[in-house]
Amino acid sequence: MNVAMTVLCGVALVAAFIPLTSVLYLVISKGAAGLSWDFFTALPKPVGEPGGGIGNALVGTLYMVGLACVMGLPVGVGAGVFLAERGDGTVGRTVRFVAEVLSGVPSIVIGIVAYAMVVVPMHHFSAMAGSVALAIMIVPYLAISTEELIRVVPGSLREASLALGVTNWRTSLLVILRTAMGGVVTACLLAVARVAGETAPLLFTALNNQYWNFSPNQPTASLTVAIYNYAISPYEDWHAKAWTAALVLLMLVGVLNLASRVLTRNRLKGAQ
Amino acid sequence: MNAVAASSAPAPIASAEVPAPAKVEVQDLNVWFGKNNAVKDTSLSVQAHTVLAVIGPSGCGKSTFLRALNRMHDLVPAARVTGKVLVDGQDLYTREVDPVLLRRRVGMVFQRPNPFPTMSIEENVAAGLVLNGIGGNHHELVERSLRKAALWDEVKDRLGHAATSLSGGQQQRLCIARALAIEPEVLLMDEPASALDPIATAKIEELIHELKEHYTIIIVTHSMQQAARVSDHTAFFYIGELVEMGATEQIFTNPKERRTEDYVTGKFG
Amino acid sequence: MVERPHTPSASRAAVGDRLYYGLLWVLGIFVLVVAGLIVLNLALVSRPLFAVESVWNFVHGDDWDPVAHQFGALPFIYGTLVTSAVSIVVAVPIAVGLALFITQFSHKRLAPLLSIPVELLAAIPSVVYGLWGLAVLVPWLRTDVEPFLGRVLGFLPFFKGPALGFGYLAAGLVLAVMILPTIVSVSAEVMKTTPEAQREAALALGATTWESVTWSVLPHSRAGILGACLLGLGRALGETMAVTMLIGNSRNISLSLFAPGYSLPAVIANEFAEATDDIHIGALAGCGLILFVITFLLNAAARWLVTAVQKGPGRVST
Repeated sequence: MNVAMTVLCGVALVAAFIPLTSVLYLVISKGAAGLSWDFFTALPKPVGEPGGGIGNALVGTLYMVGLACVMGLPVGVGAGVFLAERGDGTVGRTVRFVAEVLSGVPSIVIGIVAYAMVVVPMHHFSAMAGSVALAIMIVPYLAISTEELIRVVPGSLREASLALGVTNWRTSLLVILRTAMGGVVTACLLAVARVAGETAPLLFTALNNQYWNFSPNQPTASLTVAIYNYAISPYEDWHAKAWTAALVLLMLVGVLNLASRVLTRNRLKGAQ
Repeated sequence: MNAVAASSAPAPIASAEVPAPAKVEVQDLNVWFGKNNAVKDTSLSVQAHTVLAVIGPSGCGKSTFLRALNRMHDLVPAARVTGKVLVDGQDLYTREVDPVLLRRRVGMVFQRPNPFPTMSIEENVAAGLVLNGIGGNHHELVERSLRKAALWDEVKDRLGHAATSLSGGQQQRLCIARALAIEPEVLLMDEPASALDPIATAKIEELIHELKEHYTIIIVTHSMQQAARVSDHTAFFYIGELVEMGATEQIFTNPKERRTEDYVTGKFG
Repeated sequence: MVERPHTPSASRAAVGDRLYYGLLWVLGIFVLVVAGLIVLNLALVSRPLFAVESVWNFVHGDDWDPVAHQFGALPFIYGTLVTSAVSIVVAVPIAVGLALFITQFSHKRLAPLLSIPVELLAAIPSVVYGLWGLAVLVPWLRTDVEPFLGRVLGFLPFFKGPALGFGYLAAGLVLAVMILPTIVSVSAEVMKTTPEAQREAALALGATTWESVTWSVLPHSRAGILGACLLGLGRALGETMAVTMLIGNSRNISLSLFAPGYSLPAVIANEFAEATDDIHIGALAGCGLILFVITFLLNAAARWLVTAVQKGPGRVST
């Protein structure tokens, strides 16, 4: 019985591994062939014409994710500090509950909200709308992570700082938050990795764009939407582009995840 | 004139000379945590440049008493403090006194060393100034404070290293240097050596002897031997009450109260 | 006496505190504002629809025709529920088995390594899963799995009909892969909180390793595992891209898993950008509102279950 169960659990392990290896293998093997300088920098070409790339989509993703970071990271971290320092009352408990629930709202629903808040008043699709949707997704996730990280900082550090005559706010910012900063940066990287891979909220906020766009007021291409469009098209060469673009996306997301792992390990080593 | 014991008849005046004003004087101090009266009706005074040891069994309120002296209980919502704590005649518990500023006159060192982990040794010592927004070159102050804490020679070549790279005893002396850097007048020490090995403990005790030349020190300790070694006066607390206070030698060789005698002879605690 | 270094004045310190903590309060309340904005905007955008159609008709109607202004969301609700059910049925046994393996049956050094593939699975974006599904899952279902299931289990209504590859089964399976990491990590977290003493007591009574697990770990973690499944379910319900790419986008309702269908997120993804009249947009926002309410309730229940287990029976809440 024992052996049977261990084997079954091992089978579960294998069952989980198969799709992972399959996805990674396919993306790398089918996507690598299309990698080229041209692919990274050129604009997409119409069907049938060879060449072309995802230059504008890559820029669009970086642009929108960057804008979402500017809007969402400070608010998310700030809300997390609030929860850690003043979050024990009724308001704090409500905020915590709402943040946890918000982090489970489907991203496409967030897209509808961003549409209503930005696209409708502006009367057209825009990169800003996409960024707003992504920023809304960053905030609750980061708030929850930051609160956990700050609560882990030993209370003795706060006491030491206050005993030196340092004011409450300086203690909170320059001692407590500073001590938690390594973990907070890691959480930010993971939040960014998550929103960089989102497609649904961009479909009707930033929409798409065949050309370069550096303005927040215009619709913008993005890596994820590009993959989607290429993948569902009926053209073989576009399918190939989908794989290559997927490889680029995985590399982007992978670098962010890897960076967060490395930072965590360094931080834990340094703390010993 | 020696300090006055809270219980029993008023102590006889030992001599006719005019008493020097006490550096720290506590009058009718009470500390409440909710309904629990953790420190009851305590009055005592401490002369400048002396060391007062506060002893007593676990849970007797000695740490609570100590923390009332620099208003650390302000940070605990359930805590209430009544009575007066006078430093140089000025009551710390009046509205005009800012608790943040008073903690720069009355410094504190804690039981477990708590250097700031993200800062170097040098940054830790200067933290009291830098965190308060006072910039500039603190190198001289850092050196002075580290010398006062008898740590300079051991760390002078690695001031930029992480504070956590030091041993436990060194970290505690670093915390002492950090507390001294803001130039307090009174230094409160809450069992500063209890987390340290005997050699490190001896170094701290030696340091206390040197420090009392410039500071007034009140030290809580669970070790009677330590109290006997470092202090001029000793106060014995039992279940929140100050039972007896007097010259250290007198407390340990000729205590007036029965409870004091039982404690120092090891009958309990 | 050395001159005392300049210190910030008492009133400036108090001002600093008030500004800082005031800002923190604003940011905290901002979270509530965002939540309010979400609800408000969903209600506003869907108002044109609910002005002309009742909620009941919307949820029960199976005819979705934007041109004729007919909006019945039942096919999408049905598709969402079916694909999520399939994903749960497939993912939960594997996820719980995996969580048990990671926490109970593997070497202490092996356990952190095993969580790496789980994290990798979680990091892959939805659209990449969709792409993979199109290339691998759909053909495999079409040529191997569905014909096999049709032969063996074809007497059941779930496995009738032509094997297209696209459909509820494809979407459900890719969802299973996507929710696996969520269920595994939350379940493992909960299982780790089992007091070792319970397990040792079982072993001391002569239980085998597996029995000690069933007697101690599983009962203790029951509520938490349920919570993990609810969280996974919540994720499955809201998944958009992979489902849109694999479900077939057909507005029919069919009992068979081989049939193409539709889901709430999928219809929003496909139609929102092109929708021009307010009622159509309102109907799509209505779909979003349904999703919001369902995932809200699920997540609230899930969090409550998970924290109830982690606090342990009879422990005072923090």
